[in-house]
Amino acid sequence: MIGGMHDVQVPAGAQAHAIAGVWHWLLPICTFVFVAIVVAMLVALWRAPWLRETAAPDVSSLWAPEPKIARTVWAAVIASTLLLLVLLAVSVFTDRALARLPLANALHVQLTGYQWWWEARYDDPDPSRIFTTANELHVPVGRPVIVTLVGADVIHSFWVPSLHGKKDLIPGRTQTISFRADRPGVYRGTCAEYCGYQHAHMVLYVVADAPDDYAQWAQRQRAPARPPATAEERRGRDLFLRRSCAMCHAIDGTPAQGQHAPNLTHVAGRMTIGAGTLENTAARRAAWILDPQQFKPGANMPPENLPPDELAAINAYLGSLQ
Amino acid sequence: MNDLRSGSDSACAARVTLAFIVALAATGCQRETRYFEPPTKAVTPPPVRLSQIQPGAIATNTALAQKYEDNAYALSEGQRLFRWYNCNGCHANGGGDKGPALMDNVWIYGSEPAQIYSTIVEGRPNGMPSFGGHIPENQVWELVAYVRSLSGLVSDTAAPNRTDTMQVKKPESNTEPQKPVVAAPSNASERP
Repeated sequence: MIGGMHDVQVPAGAQAHAIAGVWHWLLPICTFVFVAIVVAMLVALWRAPWLRETAAPDVSSLWAPEPKIARTVWAAVIASTLLLLVLLAVSVFTDRALARLPLANALHVQLTGYQWWWEARYDDPDPSRIFTTANELHVPVGRPVIVTLVGADVIHSFWVPSLHGKKDLIPGRTQTISFRADRPGVYRGTCAEYCGYQHAHMVLYVVADAPDDYAQWAQRQRAPARPPATAEERRGRDLFLRRSCAMCHAIDGTPAQGQHAPNLTHVAGRMTIGAGTLENTAARRAAWILDPQQFKPGANMPPENLPPDELAAINAYLGSLQ
Repeated sequence: MNDLRSGSDSACAARVTLAFIVALAATGCQRETRYFEPPTKAVTPPPVRLSQIQPGAIATNTALAQKYEDNAYALSEGQRLFRWYNCNGCHANGGGDKGPALMDNVWIYGSEPAQIYSTIVEGRPNGMPSFGGHIPENQVWELVAYVRSLSGLVSDTAAPNRTDTMQVKKPESNTEPQKPVVAAPSNASERP
């Protein structure tokens, strides 16, 4: 299975570095406070007078005046408050640092969360350069990315731990999050807000490429689907248009323009299918097309009763869509 | 001894009550059952009556779609697919536009599940496209159940309570059953 870096403590970008910095303050301070409280409690238990069963109950304190709060208690309260204020300050300064990161020449991506997959639209001032892909973001190393988050049905949450914190995708409310990947690699993200049956199978991969590799990838994505080269691929395309596939999926450059499911124009170039459910190999793709409910029960893609030869043709065509 | 007997009586009553509650809950569960259909092997065409005239008593066939009409998940899926597959492009949100209204009691081609199934799969003259082969069979049945729910013909305990789009009428769960009439619509613009 595709791994991908998925770790808050191994930051790969400026934003994730700042958040890891908060963690490095938070962990020792909270550990110190926790250990101090436990030690104080144990000492208090150890020092408490032991009651012997035969002894008469000691009620002398009923007549004694209420003792004043010991100086140590005051000291502990003030120390904890100050330490919590330090955490608050660290959090505020981290927020400010994140807000001040340079965003010049940023890449704009609109990410829409559906049950249970991600649609990414790469925006550009020139409309002919806009393209749509799914479940896999490619970004250039070192260039900031501004992601506009849109929720299509229920609340989802964008979270790529190695690149930034979480941000919710709320239907009817547009939010943005920006990150920058400083090292090339594959970073795994997940939906971080429970969104229904297949919440766990809603994976987003962020692939950070060298700027030249990214430019080549984006150029390929802008092109319409490759025309079928062999007779089988041609048959596969016709079946795709004739069967139920085209009711929901779009392949640019063909009449298939369904807008309810991932855009398949360059599906063969992706690492996984079903938003990280299966590896994108010919055998896994065939099994998925035949019965997606076996791998992702509750997903909106229905099982399709295809004869083996039609399945092979459709699969060959999809496999050719690099 | 008396005390013991009464004790066992109350235990028995408690057990009966418990069994009753469990039975009640079990019947209630059917509303939420989710069927993950394996790919169907063969499509069996449902019996469709092309004529409204029958010898003897009128025989209806609703058992076929009962599984979908009693199931809240199937009905809400039908509601979703009604928009996905652009049924609302012509029928609007049930009130009708280029296509006839679906929330009234007038049924040009019959209100039985099998007849609606056939309308969707085979199409009808003057505009209704045929979706056979383009929509999996179980999704057609979900659409059939939802279309019937628009005029209150399914169980109101399973029908959808709300819509994600414009609300044009009371929710399906709160729709009075309307006695189906097989007739051409009175409005000339809706006539097929």
